[in-house]
Amino acid sequence: MKRLRARFSGRGLVVALPYLWLLLFFVAPFVIVLKISFSEVDLAIPPYKPLFSWYAEHALAIRLNFNNYAFLFTDKLYADAFLNSVKVALVSTILCLLIGYPMAYGMARARPRTRNVLLLLVVLPFWTSQLLRVYAWIGLLKANGVVNNVLIRLGVIHNPLALLYTPFAMYVGIVYSYLPFVILPLYANIEKMDWQLIEAAEDLGCRPWQAFYKITLPLSRNGILAGSMLVFIPAVCEFVIPTLLGGPNSLMIGRILWDEFFSNRAWPVASAVAILMLLLLVPFMMWYQSIQARETAGPSG
Amino acid sequence: MWNVVRSAVPVLLLSALCAACGAHKGAAGSAAGGRKVLNLYIWSDYLAPDTISNFEKQTGIKVNIAYYDTNETLETKLLAGSSGFDVVVPTSSYFERQIKAGVYLRLDKSKLPNSKYMDPKLMARVAAFDPGNAHGVIYMWGTNGIGYNEKMITALMPDAPLDSWRLVFDPAVASKIAKCGISVLDSPAEMMRGVLNYLGRDPNSQKEGDLVAAQAVLMKIRPYIRNINSSEYIQALANGDLCVAVGYNGDVMQARDRAREAHNGIDIRYVVPQEGSILWFDMLAIPKDAPDPDSAYAFINYLMTPKVVAAISNYKRYANANAAAAPYVLADVKSDPGIYPTAAQVHDLAIQLADTPEHTRELTRAWERFKTGQ
Repeated sequence: MKRLRARFSGRGLVVALPYLWLLLFFVAPFVIVLKISFSEVDLAIPPYKPLFSWYAEHALAIRLNFNNYAFLFTDKLYADAFLNSVKVALVSTILCLLIGYPMAYGMARARPRTRNVLLLLVVLPFWTSQLLRVYAWIGLLKANGVVNNVLIRLGVIHNPLALLYTPFAMYVGIVYSYLPFVILPLYANIEKMDWQLIEAAEDLGCRPWQAFYKITLPLSRNGILAGSMLVFIPAVCEFVIPTLLGGPNSLMIGRILWDEFFSNRAWPVASAVAILMLLLLVPFMMWYQSIQARETAGPSG
Repeated sequence: MWNVVRSAVPVLLLSALCAACGAHKGAAGSAAGGRKVLNLYIWSDYLAPDTISNFEKQTGIKVNIAYYDTNETLETKLLAGSSGFDVVVPTSSYFERQIKAGVYLRLDKSKLPNSKYMDPKLMARVAAFDPGNAHGVIYMWGTNGIGYNEKMITALMPDAPLDSWRLVFDPAVASKIAKCGISVLDSPAEMMRGVLNYLGRDPNSQKEGDLVAAQAVLMKIRPYIRNINSSEYIQALANGDLCVAVGYNGDVMQARDRAREAHNGIDIRYVVPQEGSILWFDMLAIPKDAPDPDSAYAFINYLMTPKVVAAISNYKRYANANAAAAPYVLADVKSDPGIYPTAAQVHDLAIQLADTPEHTRELTRAWERFKTGQ
């Protein structure tokens, strides 16, 4: 009896908490958005028509409007925006990996004391608001900003380069903002690696790059996947960075969502876009989950 | 080493939570220690430094202020319901639609004795979409037009039409001056009205033919537009990064003042194009679900006090609509056509009316095409 209670208050609570969290901050908002996505626009508070209404005494009428979804397939705009968002997210993820991997590797191989400092340096930017950090890039990249002024002073260029409001600036912003999300899981992964394996490989005649390609890279696969997901999924839906740094011609699904919600005041269509976006991201997440599951089930643990 | 990360996570979560609480505090509406509280939601930088403190001294009502930078932000909060704000300051076309959505309280004029000071001509123009001025009074008003840098433009095109929409919408002109930087507002409804004025058509037209014609104009000038943004142009004009910007008179005046303060030799001017443009009015209104309507009435009445509103106009350089305030408004403010539209403009310029949801969607779609250039 006593043991049972202990189990309830301790383990039960610990297990229930994440589920409660999920219920409150994922399931509940999702259901609300799903509900609105089947509604119709109305000029009222709130700006959509109710799904349920009572007829006469005891008759409940439910009106589900599928037009919002159908509408998204009638205009190429939405598909284009989604594809472009996926493209931007993919490129950003690859760039993050290319830059983040050597950094994580270097950190993992550094001396323990240096390691702590390096880790702190990676985490430190989080102490400032992301919005401020993105704004700082405006100051760096604008026509009379730091980068252009330095280049002109050095005589590399004579007229300021158009850096801000270009796809280049947008990628700089996204890669800069998400880089720690690649470095941290990769670092955690590489740091745990058994370096004796590399020594063994080298003893058996592997050149350093061969050892890296055959041992280090496969062993850090989990870190690469975790990092990629942490960048890819939020980057697909990124709104702030393309708006602040990207050009007006960067068509992203986040921007479309904003337009539907704020400019068109079409909450139902905006909700339909959001739901569809989520559904399109599910395959990526499931794929990742299955790899994770296979990995944990395996003997390596 | 993971300790660092581990200890950082709760800090991050906590700060996120704090931010969420802070955002809500402004809308709380509860009277702290029995003191009455007014929750004001207004454009940033839109009051004189002592406006609020004087009101608090006079009435004992404490004022919480929150700021927005787009009408869309305000509208979304209002339409979601229970915004918790007592006084808001929407712009005319948004205000019209929000009245239709049932957002605002019908004003009890007996609680606004100072409304007798308001300029009847201006209030009559607003009555076009708010019959009897039942839901709001004018706070500030002005025009949409063009801010420009004459020196930079004439260096590229000596005979540029400086008082015309052709500066932006005529490809023959825009292509010549594109090098010094042209910017337009990121606002489909307002820009489309500018194009329709340029074409000599009714700026409030919702006819499909007019939209198609306007879209064609926009697509032709797309290559010559550097920025599509509703706030960046202030600093960019003042720095000389732009030579032409479609914008609001108040913002262009701000750009002019910044350039003057910086002594960078840049002279910014404002013009209402000869083909016509639109007047805008920012309205003071009370949401139906305001926690404390009485404080809201007191505040709106206070803002209609001639000396109070004149001080705001003198400080922020926006035109007020208070006839009795005229003697207290500085001469250089009153006579500046960039601040106070002329009598002829008040008579001739159109007011932007609210579009139907269908037309709004068409406009947004057309604008998306313009922005992406395809």
